[in-house]
Amino acid sequence: MGRRIVIDPMTRIEGHLRIEVEVEKGRVKNAWSSGMLYRGIETILKGRDPREAWLITQRVCGVCTYVHAEASVRAVENAVGVVIPPNARIIRNLMMSAQFIHDHVVHFYHLHGLDWIDMVSALSADPKKTADLANAISKKPGMGVRDFEAVQGRLKTFIQSGQLGPFANAYWGHPDYRLPPEANLLMAAHYLLALKQQVMMARTHAIFGGKNPHPQSLCVGGVTCGPYLNADRISEYLFQLKETIDFIENIYLPDVLAVAAHYKDWGVIGGCRSYLTWGEFPETEAEPESLYLPSGTIFNKRLDTLKPADAGRVSEDVKRAWYEDGASLHPARGETRPVNPGSEVDTSSKEGKYSWLKAPRYGGKACEVGPLARVLVAYGRGHQDVKPVVEQALRTLDLPLSALFSTLGRTMARAVETLVIARQTQKWVLALAQNLKKGDTRTAAEWNMPDQAEGFGLNDAPRGALGHWIAIEQKKIKNYQMVVPSTWNLGPRDHTGQAGPVEEALIGTPVHDPKRPLEVLRTVHSFDPCIACGVHIIDPETNEVYRFRVV
Amino acid sequence: MGDKRTIEERLSENGVSRREFLKYCGLLTAVLGLPHTAVPRVAAAILKKRRPSVVWLHFAECTGCTEAFLRTTYPWASDIILDIISLDYHQTIMAAAGLQAEAILEKTVTENKGNFMAIVEGAIPTRDSGVYGRSGGRTFLEIGRKVLIDSKPVAVICLGSCASFGGLQAAAPNPTGAKSVGEALGVKTINVSGCPPNAVNIVAVMVHYLLLGRLPALDEYDRPLFAYGKTVHDQCPRRSHFENEEFVLAFGDEGAMKGWCLRLVGCKGPETFNNCPTVRFNDGASWPVEAGHPCIGCAEPNFWDTLSPFYEAE
Ligand code: SF4
Ligand code: SF4
Repeated sequence: MGRRIVIDPMTRIEGHLRIEVEVEKGRVKNAWSSGMLYRGIETILKGRDPREAWLITQRVCGVCTYVHAEASVRAVENAVGVVIPPNARIIRNLMMSAQFIHDHVVHFYHLHGLDWIDMVSALSADPKKTADLANAISKKPGMGVRDFEAVQGRLKTFIQSGQLGPFANAYWGHPDYRLPPEANLLMAAHYLLALKQQVMMARTHAIFGGKNPHPQSLCVGGVTCGPYLNADRISEYLFQLKETIDFIENIYLPDVLAVAAHYKDWGVIGGCRSYLTWGEFPETEAEPESLYLPSGTIFNKRLDTLKPADAGRVSEDVKRAWYEDGASLHPARGETRPVNPGSEVDTSSKEGKYSWLKAPRYGGKACEVGPLARVLVAYGRGHQDVKPVVEQALRTLDLPLSALFSTLGRTMARAVETLVIARQTQKWVLALAQNLKKGDTRTAAEWNMPDQAEGFGLNDAPRGALGHWIAIEQKKIKNYQMVVPSTWNLGPRDHTGQAGPVEEALIGTPVHDPKRPLEVLRTVHSFDPCIACGVHIIDPETNEVYRFRVV
Repeated sequence: MGDKRTIEERLSENGVSRREFLKYCGLLTAVLGLPHTAVPRVAAAILKKRRPSVVWLHFAECTGCTEAFLRTTYPWASDIILDIISLDYHQTIMAAAGLQAEAILEKTVTENKGNFMAIVEGAIPTRDSGVYGRSGGRTFLEIGRKVLIDSKPVAVICLGSCASFGGLQAAAPNPTGAKSVGEALGVKTINVSGCPPNAVNIVAVMVHYLLLGRLPALDEYDRPLFAYGKTVHDQCPRRSHFENEEFVLAFGDEGAMKGWCLRLVGCKGPETFNNCPTVRFNDGASWPVEAGHPCIGCAEPNFWDTLSPFYEAE
């Protein structure tokens, strides 16, 4: 047996995650992913007014804020049978787009970036060479020698102060940090730049959302921000969007490619076999036909297996999660009960339970969800906007298409879709303006709450496929289930022993130094884990908590 | 090794001019409700040499409060993190992970015992000895006892309604026995409630307490009066419509398009103490009522139960 390494807490993610790996001969041989927090939100939803479900589910996650709000109003709208006006659909797309952009940029620079860049090495960089590098990779680098000198000076005094704050005790100097000092300085400068830039990106979200995090302008039937349908507000959004596109084109995407050039072997590390996306951004009432990013599944890393995704094929398995054992069920019929885990995380036995995340499966298969799934599906369908950006990126790095199925591919796919979505968003803004010009100012449709109904809402959040299922009885919530991106990606094994996607991806990952498992962080972070999302998948009939014994 | 430079020097290295620096000192002074003559005192407080150590804990929550903090522009979050405080432990941001991260927590609270600021985001599940929330092999209850009681922080600032009052996970039927930090551990807290709270108020409290070294005046729920002293209703720009009985009756109706009062579609502005209408969110971009949505009372204790249903008139 190899050596066991536990990473707990997993930092630079949302939520409480524990990762355990077994390392043998310098590679990960086996891996276990555990969600460590249970909040019980589905239970709390029961008996409440379906109209306010979105306010509650939005609080599942404050990072991918909004995505649960939207999935929830969609679920209720599906149940009560209302079609929202075109303006509301577009405004929701504008908010979702702002969410994607913000999330992905923060992920690359502030959560994932430190797995690839060495802040300390930036101290020995030549600012002049850094400026040359910036000019070489970007048409509009935005920063010059002076700026890089200033950043370097700032870092120096910060480090000399002895108070390293968030940069203390990291894996600096690890042998697998491969960027030359000037590239590290460039990335350190962009870390700080992006920290400011993201404030503006979040502000874009608030233009129609009222605030961010947790926007407050949705209602079942549409959006509430009718008075904002004016030229001032729309041009404010457009102005900020254009500034953001500038950042993505000239900073974010070039940076991803520049870093990737030093880590090309990561194009064969950390891949998964199966992929799922529900698709996102409806451009007309017709779904899924009009989704700008299409729905689909891919199996065995083969694009020719591509098919549209079918929500009827989802089930959730609880064999290895802290819920009472039972059959794998579709979320509309899902019924599970939490068990008291005691103090154990039982990864050593074959039957042991070790996570608050359940194990969602599509046709029995563990599927990766998120940017890579969306980009692969769009690419496989010959998407006219996605395909050229993917091909350009691969050409720049001189990598084959197969390199997408990897940790590196996941990180590139995120940047690719950020650019594609941001560009397309300009068209949605124009469509909104066109509508208003035609005199259509409707933002919310009327509807009545039936006594009894069932419905579901699907979307694709920045982190991947998201679905909410609701049952209404006596105008109240009888049952509510969420199957969310981080549960897909970070869920545990199922009753057949099949590993979850992160567990699968980790296998084979090299580990230079078991005391400093930097490489493990890379693959885990490439999924952008968001654990708060993952741990609400529960609908106990009673409130009772069942004692769990290992048999 | 203390940092010998003034914060002004540190800021200027990052291109923050003296004017900009004084501007946000002025803004913070105003939010804190201090007279303009206090600006130099606020500035001097920020000019302290050694950056105060801050330990930020995440319990049962959604990280929305951290996200809210990262939206601040006066000063920018990056300036706060690099130049004003020493953010020694914060799981969402810190570079270190696992053992190395836990070692930092241990070291920080030991070396700075009785002399660090604790910021807490999230409630504490207490049912079944707290097994519903763990990090680094310990329950949140255990971590809370160690960091917030035994290590004697100079103050415990609860960010958001979860840490302040239990928040969403504590809503009926409270499956995990989630409690506020104060209640779960029996410690005195300053409650910057809201779901999430406004970045402006977060920073104002940090500046007030960390730098002026004083607790702001608090209300009966231990919320700083400068932010939670008046109701949303009393400060709402739609107030005249309320007085004139011009009400939105359904989302998307004529009144909605005209920006009338939202009371009849459920607005909880009259029951809620917060400064959203005056400070607004995201650098003044908007606030919920302006976006046509009723206030849901997110800064009030147990609002998920006591102020729901959110879409019904009182
Ligand atoms: S108070 Fe609200 S925003 Fe803050 S962590 Fe709790 S749920 Fe999230
Ligand atoms: S919208 Fe709400 S806060 Fe504003 S006046 Fe009406 S009831 Fe009061």
